[in-house]
Amino acid sequence: MVPAGFSKRHYLTIMSAILKNEPGTGAQFAQEAINQTLEPSDKVRFLRDMVRIRNFEERSNKAYSQGRIGGFLHLYIGQESVAISAASLMGPNDHMITAYRDHGHALAVGMSMNECMAELYGKATGCSKGKGGSMHYFAPDKNFWGGHGIVGGQTPLGLGIAFALKYQGKTGSCLCFLGDGAVNQGAFHESLNLASLWDIPVIYVIENNGYSMGTSQARSSAYPEYLAKRAEGYNMAWDVFNGWDVYELRAGFHRAMHRAHTESRPTIVEIATYRYRGHSVADANSKVYRTKEEIEQYENLFDPITRWKNTLINEGVITEEDYRQLNHEALQEAEAAAQFAEQSPWPTEADITADVYHEVDHQTESGLTGKHFFND
Amino acid sequence: MSRQIDYRTAIREALAEEIERDPNVFIIGEEVAQYNGAYKVTQGLWAKYGDKRVIDAPISEAGFIGMGVGASMLGLRPVMELMFWSFAYVAFDQMINNAATVRYMSGGLLHCPIVVRGPANGGTNVGATHSHTPENLFGNMPGLKVVCPATAYDAKGLMKTAIRDNDPVYVMENTKLYGELWDVPEGEYTIPLGVADVKRSGSDLTLVAHGRAVITCLKAAELLEAEHDIKAEVVDLRSIRPLDEQTILDSVRKTHRVVVVEENKPFCGVGAQITAMIQEKAFDDLDAPVARVSAIDAPAIYSPRLEEVQLPRPMDVVTKALSIC
Ligand SMILES: Cc1ncc(C[n+]2csc(CCOP(=O)(O)OP(=O)(O)O)c2C)c(N)n1
Ligand SMILES: [Mg+2]
Repeated sequence: MVPAGFSKRHYLTIMSAILKNEPGTGAQFAQEAINQTLEPSDKVRFLRDMVRIRNFEERSNKAYSQGRIGGFLHLYIGQESVAISAASLMGPNDHMITAYRDHGHALAVGMSMNECMAELYGKATGCSKGKGGSMHYFAPDKNFWGGHGIVGGQTPLGLGIAFALKYQGKTGSCLCFLGDGAVNQGAFHESLNLASLWDIPVIYVIENNGYSMGTSQARSSAYPEYLAKRAEGYNMAWDVFNGWDVYELRAGFHRAMHRAHTESRPTIVEIATYRYRGHSVADANSKVYRTKEEIEQYENLFDPITRWKNTLINEGVITEEDYRQLNHEALQEAEAAAQFAEQSPWPTEADITADVYHEVDHQTESGLTGKHFFND
Repeated sequence: MSRQIDYRTAIREALAEEIERDPNVFIIGEEVAQYNGAYKVTQGLWAKYGDKRVIDAPISEAGFIGMGVGASMLGLRPVMELMFWSFAYVAFDQMINNAATVRYMSGGLLHCPIVVRGPANGGTNVGATHSHTPENLFGNMPGLKVVCPATAYDAKGLMKTAIRDNDPVYVMENTKLYGELWDVPEGEYTIPLGVADVKRSGSDLTLVAHGRAVITCLKAAELLEAEHDIKAEVVDLRSIRPLDEQTILDSVRKTHRVVVVEENKPFCGVGAQITAMIQEKAFDDLDAPVARVSAIDAPAIYSPRLEEVQLPRPMDVVTKALSIC
């Protein structure tokens, strides 16, 4: 019954919604206060943000296949609603950090397509001057702290960001994203214990897309239930919600952020979502560990962009024509970003040893004593 | 005002002064607060500065060190104690993949002003798991700084600089030195990283060392002078990265003979780096091959009798020196 790839739980969550054919699941969440205060322009912005992420990634995918981009390219296509919903709730003291599948989060917090695309091309105009690549985007001015390539390695950092907020007496939170595979890393469990022990306002967001590379949750987690329920072992709150409806996502994130803001308590939230593409673009097995039908089924019934578009049409906020226009603009923006990246200069050889040490870059007294680099 | 305090007290003074100077500085580690520190370096600090500035962490090095790295990105200055540097390995990912690279991978948008400190030494009969000296491992990583003080004076001045530094600085202390008394002036002073110190001057031979090997070299120098009329100069690196190559080269050009001494293992050790540097930059000044003395190349042995043999002793340095003089 359950396809080999899916964990039973993940499959059942998705399938029960399919069977109940509940395009309106969002309706109940639309009534929540956090969604009632939305202006039509906010709702359109959410749609635009998702469409921009998808167009950016489709364009980057094209550049990758043309050999313009090196290394890995982990596409977020299918999961866009998660990042934009979280970002839509962030105030000045709310922060975000994630793993290597980070393009969606970066654009959601307001990084530009140009700097993100140029980073993929390895150009000097990239957000990290071409030093980080796809997996390592950063924008501290937008409270976005990466972009981390080691599975689970960002989880203590997210804890530390939230710790710093508390230390500085700020009411805020850190949304720390991770995958369903990352929950098995030790550093994550150490972070959970410390977060709960010390009342740290961190929110661990498990984007459960069913797979860690080619390994399903059923084959990676000994615990058969919700991954978030592991929180109980750390006396921590947890929550699970669907990842395809912006209203539901916002309501869920709001509950966790409210807990962080008012009680300084951590939460694990688990979100059922799905990635349409391979683990990375270079994932030759992307249709081997799961069926084509599984991918199509999700895409047809749960695509977050299609669903949000339909919600907005039903609400009379936009028309099909508005959507086409929006999509067209995003397509053009992505194309322009690719051109920008294409025409941007490469970093210079001297740039290789810049940005290693703060003190050296700033030529402080401390940066001038002793040898920091050893090629000569 | 001249006075004598021990190495552990000198570090404690540095920590206390920096806590008072900068509200972003705090100490975190296992048993650092209520227990007063496994080696009493932080004794009394919790009583004086309270829960916010001196924090007891559970046994969770990857967790609390990673947390410190994250907190430093927002401007805090955590000073994190490892009960032993040997325990760094369970936090390796945080200390290398995160601390050493976030600045680079963000194209300089972030920096990571952390200090990780604690003892890194053998010689206390606690077996291989508790006797690692990883200055070469961490020194290998661009983005990190590594400091190995030999005296109380250096320990205090270097620690204060490390805390004020805007890059990750890993300070490797030594339990066998914690109780040693040294002249330390009253009041504030700092010592820059990357500046070596000539601990004894001489004309016939240069001994290059860091950490407790400096003390071993000072004893060896006395023996060489008393028994063989050889005047050895002792260069204390103090800081491994950044490294003061100039002071080493100046000494070599004066003495023409060098022994590089370390308590670490020989393969890819700090001594290997320095030896390569000397042969490349001062080849014509050498009257003999550069010699090395390191720990005997095996995991640290427990047996008290033999562990003493495994680590460089003054006599080992003398023997090696005589072989090139
Ligand atoms: C410590 C570590 N081990 C392995 C990898 C290789 N790797 C990168 S992503 C990945 C799968 C992670 O899956 P998941 O956490 O579910 O996130 P998703 O890719 O689905 O977003 C693996 C095995 C890595 N980057 N880091
Ligand atoms: Mg996954």
